Amino acid sequence: MNPDAAFEQLKFRDPVRARGLRDTLHRLVRCADHAPVSIMHVCGSHEQAIAKFGLRAAFPRELQVIMGPGCPVCVTDVPEVDEAVALAKQGIRIASYGDMLRVPGTSQSLADAKAEGAKVDVVYSVTQAVELARQHDEELVFFASGFETTAVATAAVLVADPPDNFSVLSAHKYIPPVMEIVAEMPETKIEGFLAAGHAATITGSAVFEKFIERHGLPVVIAGFEPLDVLAGLVKLLEVINSGEARVENAFPRCVTRDGNVHAQKLLWRVFRPTGGRWRGIAHVPNGNLRLRDDFARYDTRRRFTIDASALWNYAPPKLVQQCQCGDIMSGIASPSDCVLFGKECTPDTPVGACMVSAEGTCKIWHQYGGRPDLRSIKRGAA
Amino acid sequence: MTRNARFVDERITLKYGSGGGAMRALIEQIFAKGLGDVGADGVGLAAMDDGAAIRMGDRYLVITTDSHVVQPIEFPGGDIGRLAVAGTVNDLAMMGATEPLALTCAAIIEDGFARDDLKRIWQSIRATCEEAGTTIVTGDTKVMGHGELDGIVLNTTGVGITDRLISDAGLQPGDKILVTGTMGDHGLAIMATRNELALETTLESDVAPVHTLVRRALEVAPEGVVALKDPTRGGLSSALHEMAGKSGVGIIIDETLVPLRDEVRAVGELLGIDPLVSANEGKAVFGLRPESAPAVLDAVRAHPIGRNAAIVGECVSDRPGFVVLDTGFGSRLLAEPEGELLPRIC
Repeated sequence: MNPDAAFEQLKFRDPVRARGLRDTLHRLVRCADHAPVSIMHVCGSHEQAIAKFGLRAAFPRELQVIMGPGCPVCVTDVPEVDEAVALAKQGIRIASYGDMLRVPGTSQSLADAKAEGAKVDVVYSVTQAVELARQHDEELVFFASGFETTAVATAAVLVADPPDNFSVLSAHKYIPPVMEIVAEMPETKIEGFLAAGHAATITGSAVFEKFIERHGLPVVIAGFEPLDVLAGLVKLLEVINSGEARVENAFPRCVTRDGNVHAQKLLWRVFRPTGGRWRGIAHVPNGNLRLRDDFARYDTRRRFTIDASALWNYAPPKLVQQCQCGDIMSGIASPSDCVLFGKECTPDTPVGACMVSAEGTCKIWHQYGGRPDLRSIKRGAA
Repeated sequence: MTRNARFVDERITLKYGSGGGAMRALIEQIFAKGLGDVGADGVGLAAMDDGAAIRMGDRYLVITTDSHVVQPIEFPGGDIGRLAVAGTVNDLAMMGATEPLALTCAAIIEDGFARDDLKRIWQSIRATCEEAGTTIVTGDTKVMGHGELDGIVLNTTGVGITDRLISDAGLQPGDKILVTGTMGDHGLAIMATRNELALETTLESDVAPVHTLVRRALEVAPEGVVALKDPTRGGLSSALHEMAGKSGVGIIIDETLVPLRDEVRAVGELLGIDPLVSANEGKAVFGLRPESAPAVLDAVRAHPIGRNAAIVGECVSDRPGFVVLDTGFGSRLLAEPEGELLPRIC
């Protein structure tokens, strides 16, 4: 890391300024004409920041900050994992991000297939996957996951003439449509969304304007340092209290109204949105990103006949049936509601996808000691 | 201990060697059964302290042993030889035995290991022994087949004498927690050499004997130092959890007071590894009676390897066995690391 960049970042970790924002947040929640006020974030990085900096212990009791479907690895559906596992078992070389290896499919994960001898490589970027394709004389399939931010990187590689033996099995997802699904769920009492700053850097804040028209729910874009999260929540409470749904940008150092137009063009030149299931949540219209016809030659699904039926002769184990990842990702349940959390289900032996990914809510809670109420802890001798 | 009841795997996996709850469960369930009793006055295996103590008249004989496996064998700031000597000298010091009488060293070497590498490692062992004022008085050599181990494994055992035993279970509510320097240096220095991201850093391991620093603190406040632990595997977090659990107190740590090198902080961010769960090999964690804390802090800071020492937290009666981290923004529980975070670093 560049020291200047690290220093820049530390500016947004000033506890004194955080106390000011915290006090404002408490005042704004008191000003709301009802309690509790419920808001949702849709990004694993926001949950990371909230957990790592212990912000939940600083939030007002009357403010419920619910985590939504913000982890691309977690929402990758079983059939998508099965496609990758089936290809790997056919002897095709697969490259993917580390977290994707341990996501359970119907009967196996990519890591299981690898343990049985399949050729599965971990990569840190799509360009590394292209490098692997260049090094090997055989087909290389990049099992691509991630939201629109990561999809742009995949798109950039595909327009730059990758080698002929390279193809993409896309499990990329697009966030704005799933916000509509969550907003319409009968169980949700969400009054506003905290949107992910990095995704909005690409899409711009304008992408949320239609959503707000349709659902009357405000959206505030926020970054990931503790001051960013607190400032985003303050802004969101201001908008909720004003009674007028609108989009606000609380991450102006990175996000503009129009976003990165070049990246958007690249994204939509390569990908088209299509409907599909998100694990544990619902069928999400336009929530999946698939390759357009112009890029068919790089589309694993059109290049191979993938037969995953051999994986389906299988009854899910009891533990998997008790897993509450779906409810957790929809914001209806917390990890502490799950009987498996921290007992049968740990990062070592994950039952559900939320305990696999570094952005999964259960993994984050486990890493940072869960969510006990620490607001009342007393210092000094008894 | 019910919290260890879930560690009953049919096979011993890597997580049982990582110094966390799994390893403690293994000691309870297998190793300490019918072994390790040293009488009411001593410290035996079941105490799971840094070493054992056997009463001899009005003094104690302290014994400790440690096996060392690290990749790479030579790393920025040290090597496996320095680690093997400092690790055992430090474990003696954590029991109050700050004058290491003698060490033993067993070497298990892989077929094909380079003689020059072995000579360099022993040069480092000699130098560290000299620095620590001790020597190796007996040893053992075995060679195993190629591929049966990764290079070299060193085991060192140390003995020392002390008048006053310090356990890791002596904390009371109100006691202060002191760390003798920056946290996480060793673990992140090793990690930075390994990671495929090819990080260029100037990070160095802190591996060093800390017994003279501990001796100085015990001279300044013989009754004020009530608990000692070296934050090796699992870092500050593991050390605090053990101290809190055995003492039956809660510990609150002010994260902003914990000394961290800027580069450790940055590399930790980059790799997603919290420096507070990352190993140290030249540091100690002190539990201090509040009235002794200022004097011990001054004494530790006056020592060459204690310049960055700080009081970082205090013990409370609330939440016994837990460690609460006050981040300056809010609070959370400090999680106890489990499983292999960084394979084989000490």
